[in-house]
Amino acid sequence: MTEHTDLTPTFGTGLAVGTSASPVGTAALAPTPSLGSTPAQTVGPYLHIGLLWPDGPEVVPEGTAGAFWIRGQVFDGAGAVVPDALVETWQADPDGRFDHPDDPRGAQSPAVPGFRGFGRSATDADGRYEIRTLKPGALPGADGETEAPHLNLSIFARGLLHRLVTRLYFPDEEAANAADPVLGAIDPTRRATLVARPAPDGLRFDIHLQGPDETVFFAV
Amino acid sequence: MTTEHIRSAEPDLPAGGPARPSGLVLPRYRHDDPDTHPPMLFPDYGSTNLRAPKQPLALLPQRLTEVTGPLLGAGRPGDLDHDLTRQHAGEPQGQRIIVHGRVLDGNGRPIPHTLVEIWQPNAAGRYRHVNDNWPAPLDPNFTGVGRTLTDAEGHYRFVTIQPGAYPWRNHPNAWRPAHIHFSLFGQAFTQRLVTQMYFPGDPLFFQDPVFNSVRDPLARERLISRYDHSVTEPEWALGFEFDLVLRGREATPFEDGDDDD
Ligand SMILES: [Fe+2]
Repeated sequence: MTEHTDLTPTFGTGLAVGTSASPVGTAALAPTPSLGSTPAQTVGPYLHIGLLWPDGPEVVPEGTAGAFWIRGQVFDGAGAVVPDALVETWQADPDGRFDHPDDPRGAQSPAVPGFRGFGRSATDADGRYEIRTLKPGALPGADGETEAPHLNLSIFARGLLHRLVTRLYFPDEEAANAADPVLGAIDPTRRATLVARPAPDGLRFDIHLQGPDETVFFAV
Repeated sequence: MTTEHIRSAEPDLPAGGPARPSGLVLPRYRHDDPDTHPPMLFPDYGSTNLRAPKQPLALLPQRLTEVTGPLLGAGRPGDLDHDLTRQHAGEPQGQRIIVHGRVLDGNGRPIPHTLVEIWQPNAAGRYRHVNDNWPAPLDPNFTGVGRTLTDAEGHYRFVTIQPGAYPWRNHPNAWRPAHIHFSLFGQAFTQRLVTQMYFPGDPLFFQDPVFNSVRDPLARERLISRYDHSVTEPEWALGFEFDLVLRGREATPFEDGDDDD
């Protein structure tokens, strides 16, 4: 990341804008959009008053057959738990479908009553989050390949100026994971950070923001 | 987040892409210009030092999970969730304001019926949060939380109280400029955005590393609302306009029509 250690007390007044670095794939990107995006900012330490929902962790309602818990802890670069993070999940339904108009197979209401696809959990004082969900189906890719069952995760926190994005894969899908085009593009020594571990009532998936076990994070 | 350290997991395809074996044609969302978003590591904001990842981000190709997203709406906001001045028995202290605007994509298209969530401190600069204990008063008539859905044209509107600035311990005599936190979903996982809205002419901008973490001054300006006299209500409330722009889609062959540039 670019460091701005030369900043004077009047932040932001002394640096030339526009760097020599080019975004990946510049040649293939569309022309400059007509409207620039609104920049991201951190959620800050008080996200809980605005973003917590009573049913946030419930991708599926209580009592849903086959539901399990995904639980984990978020750690910082000193190995300390992060007690003020928010973890959000997004996933396909058990049939591998999305109730969304941009699923080219057609939006399909999930067969499971109350399936929302989306989960949201703040971490507690021990850095723990939890999401109750169902295993998503595998997904077809545009080039004929198949994506292994997975969840997309967004992580927000004080000290994160932009959300972090990662993926959770399932430990009982070894063959599918081995053929997954996203996992396959990741440094093999780091792939394991994206695969959850079995736990008594579901799965465990810890998120390490830094350190020897740093989770693989994505630009999407 | 800058894209300069992104390691490509697969080459970008041109808009629309070549013919694909499965016939599965997905929309593609443009990557924002570098410096539109803050870098993950910004040492002037001390909390980034132990939380910003050290490894480069991998590029996640936009597949089904990325181009879809939760369409949360109907039923989530309650009747008074958009009016933060009417959520208690009495009126909150402070300057009443109306904050309105549109949620658009980068092509200027409105994003209808999408959830907008906000939270903020009270007029004295204190959040109703267990961890906010600086010696400013709480207001029994102000929670500081709002929710609404955009209408068919992407408009949203909140009535609230001008938030106060508040101190923090990032650097000596550090104060956050007055701001309102915003959270938006858009229509796809790629469009998810959490940001902060600021007020024009705030004298605290110069020393705030969160605001100044956005390196492009034009992008930074997009975080500042505009005083809007046309929305100011006589003898009632001051108006501010704040449009939010989420990532736009690349043109598809269908949307291009006969234009083949
Ligand atoms: Fe704040």
